[in-house]
Amino acid sequence: MNTPQKELSEIKAIMERSTRFISLSGMSGVMAGIYALIASALAYYWVYYPNSPFGFRISYVNDEQILLKLIVTAIIVLVLSVGTGIYLTKKKTQKNNTKFWSTTSKRFLFSLFIPIIVGGFFTLALILRGYLIIVAPATLIFYGMALLNASHFTLSDIKYLAYCQIALGILSAFFPGYGLIFWSLGFGVLHIVYGITMYLKYDR
Amino acid sequence: MKKQFDKAFENVVRLRIMSVLMVNEEYDFNSFKELLEVTDGNLASHLKSLEKQEFITVQKSFVGRKTQTTYKATPSGKEAFQAHLSFLENLIKENKN
Repeated sequence: MNTPQKELSEIKAIMERSTRFISLSGMSGVMAGIYALIASALAYYWVYYPNSPFGFRISYVNDEQILLKLIVTAIIVLVLSVGTGIYLTKKKTQKNNTKFWSTTSKRFLFSLFIPIIVGGFFTLALILRGYLIIVAPATLIFYGMALLNASHFTLSDIKYLAYCQIALGILSAFFPGYGLIFWSLGFGVLHIVYGITMYLKYDR
Repeated sequence: MKKQFDKAFENVVRLRIMSVLMVNEEYDFNSFKELLEVTDGNLASHLKSLEKQEFITVQKSFVGRKTQTTYKATPSGKEAFQAHLSFLENLIKENKN
């Protein structure tokens, strides 16, 4: 028989492994960040160009055509990011010889996407009511809460990404008009930093 | 203290099965197989013996056309596992003294 210390630590390890989905790909975070930065650049071009993003807008976001363009871009970024995430994570599970669609991955996805979907509808309502100024904080905060919720079911490092997104969201609520900057910091830069960290720590 | 050592947990596969069921409300056969990296027959016989001891309950259901067998820990199974944990902790304490 093992020493009792060894046995206890093994019990702990198996408990961890049975509840957490650990094959989430770090690279998919980097890709999501890159998509978000490209989208931010486009949004900047539509809304601010040729002024600096810290300055005054040339065209207002309440202009329906631009608003529609922005919404479509955001949806494309979301679909691309989720798609890339699924693809890369699937590849990682194949490499690790585990299943992609398992008890743990289902739990992880449910805990991640329920707050995201709620946040999506809430943000849609904000847009329809014309509260555009609060859209960037709302998306960042809801996304951060979703990550925090999901952090119980995957490698817990993701909770630092969650804290940063929530902090950025709150900050952006107090600096109206700088939504695009906060948005590209949160969905772009933070994702890339997180993705690279996870890649170096677990995927190599 | 010796009397608290449960024979059921002498085997590492059974110990792992119970560990999983302590933190998961339920767990299915295939997920067990994947997590514990054991053969079908080996896993089935250990699950059977835990079931016989009434440490776990079995439920069969259909997912599409496939059957899915899920397992849950019973209250007495959880109690026995807790007792085993305290047994281990006591061993560690005794070794320190």
